[in-house]
Amino acid sequence: MAEGKRDIVEVLKAIDRRIIFLLIALAVILPLAFHLVFSVHSSPIVEAIFDKVESLPPGSKVLISFDYGPSTVPENQPMAEAVARHVLHKDLKLYMMAVWATGPPQTEVLIRNVIQTDFQDKVYGVDWINLGYKAGNQGLINAILLDLKGMYTTDINGTGIGEFEMMRDVDNLTDMSLIICIGSGFPGVREWVQFAGDPGDIPVAGGVTAVEAPLLYPYYPRQLLGLMGGLQGAAEYEAALVSKYPQFEASSEQAIQLMGPQTVAHLVIIAFVVVGNIAFFAERRRERRRKA
Amino acid sequence: MRVQIPLIITFIVGIALIVAIFVPHDPFHRMNEEFSVYFDLIAVFAFILGGGNLLKIHGNRISRRSRDWKYSIVTVVGFLTMLIVGAFKIGGPPGLTGDVTAEGSWFKFMYDSVFVSCQATMFSLLAFFVASASYRAFRAKTKEATLLLIAAFIILIGRTPLGHYMTGWLPQQLEFLHIPNLSNWILSIPNMAGQRAIMIGIALGIISTSLKLILGIERSYLGGEGK
Repeated sequence: MAEGKRDIVEVLKAIDRRIIFLLIALAVILPLAFHLVFSVHSSPIVEAIFDKVESLPPGSKVLISFDYGPSTVPENQPMAEAVARHVLHKDLKLYMMAVWATGPPQTEVLIRNVIQTDFQDKVYGVDWINLGYKAGNQGLINAILLDLKGMYTTDINGTGIGEFEMMRDVDNLTDMSLIICIGSGFPGVREWVQFAGDPGDIPVAGGVTAVEAPLLYPYYPRQLLGLMGGLQGAAEYEAALVSKYPQFEASSEQAIQLMGPQTVAHLVIIAFVVVGNIAFFAERRRERRRKA
Repeated sequence: MRVQIPLIITFIVGIALIVAIFVPHDPFHRMNEEFSVYFDLIAVFAFILGGGNLLKIHGNRISRRSRDWKYSIVTVVGFLTMLIVGAFKIGGPPGLTGDVTAEGSWFKFMYDSVFVSCQATMFSLLAFFVASASYRAFRAKTKEATLLLIAAFIILIGRTPLGHYMTGWLPQQLEFLHIPNLSNWILSIPNMAGQRAIMIGIALGIISTSLKLILGIERSYLGGEGK
């Protein structure tokens, strides 16, 4: 090999990080630009949540806690919207709250995208309510397990909680038929299981980022009835929803559409790991030959 | 007395909370609820403490021109700006009950335009660093590393629709080799076993530390290096 000229192993071993960044950027941009969409199949752990919502009789109370912020919106928001759409379509009562200070703005997004778009006939305080954020993390969950009205004396707009029809027969969390925490860290699904689901014997389901999902498997299925993990989890719920209710095909396929870029990005990462290993083994072989 | 009184309070509250959890009848049951409310009250005051602490630490860094002190200016300016526009409800409905996030308020504008964009950018950058780090560090150097690599490939493919495309054609008898099923198996069996072991270890650690605190053996939280 001529001096100053690198062979293929050297090139593969030291790919400039700017090339990696560029390929990852293209892996995300191109599928978005060309609307690359794959069909998604739901897994048992996500179907369990869908089936639970399906099985609840009309009028049952479902609490969704928005425990995430803007950083994880692409993963968490589609889950929240798909579940809320399903809950309202089944004529269940939707209670929304947040243990994260960044949760209420996401609730507002959901109200715009789901309630004001697809469920204009649903009445605030009768079919759905927004309780807002309160400080206290797991302490708050523990407190509302025993006395919800004591902690939430008003809704997010400052209206007395007693004025809402759907709050009249709610004293604490045990009145809920299902709690769904859409979260991305602490406090999140784990705290809802430990401080509400377990002590109150209330079914708890979760929707979390892909990074957090493996940490919650020890609770599934006895303490956590189902889990949506990352964008894939959200897409699986959307797939189940659209399959049963095709009228939501136009409005409830955010995550399914985002799975295109994610799939290609995963493939690019796998390709880089393979390339890195080819270079590693080629170099090791070369060193062995040199020593021999 | 400065040491004994906090120790007595810790002992009484610690024992009371344990009893409240294990005896779900009044008055202990009620006690659990009351303590939760106190906890929430203290949590609200913690915001003031946290804000003061942030100003103190970054103020010191700026005044001493410590390493990266310029970033501390950004932190303090960002914190004070959000605090002022939020507390005085600039641009939004005034008064104590005025909605700080109402349309037109500066707080909402800054939240949507600065905070949301910054958080989204920070999280998005992870994809680039994960790709770069995987390429550089993920090597099949040992048997264990090879197993980890194979598991990572299965999860990466299994958590996308590709898994179905690649192995969806497998006959019923070989369904366990279907990549999404393999991915679920890895998450539900080996991952869960590892996570449970870690969780049990953490729980035992928390129990032992809590007992040390309740019994007054661990006193570092009182300050004064445990004297």
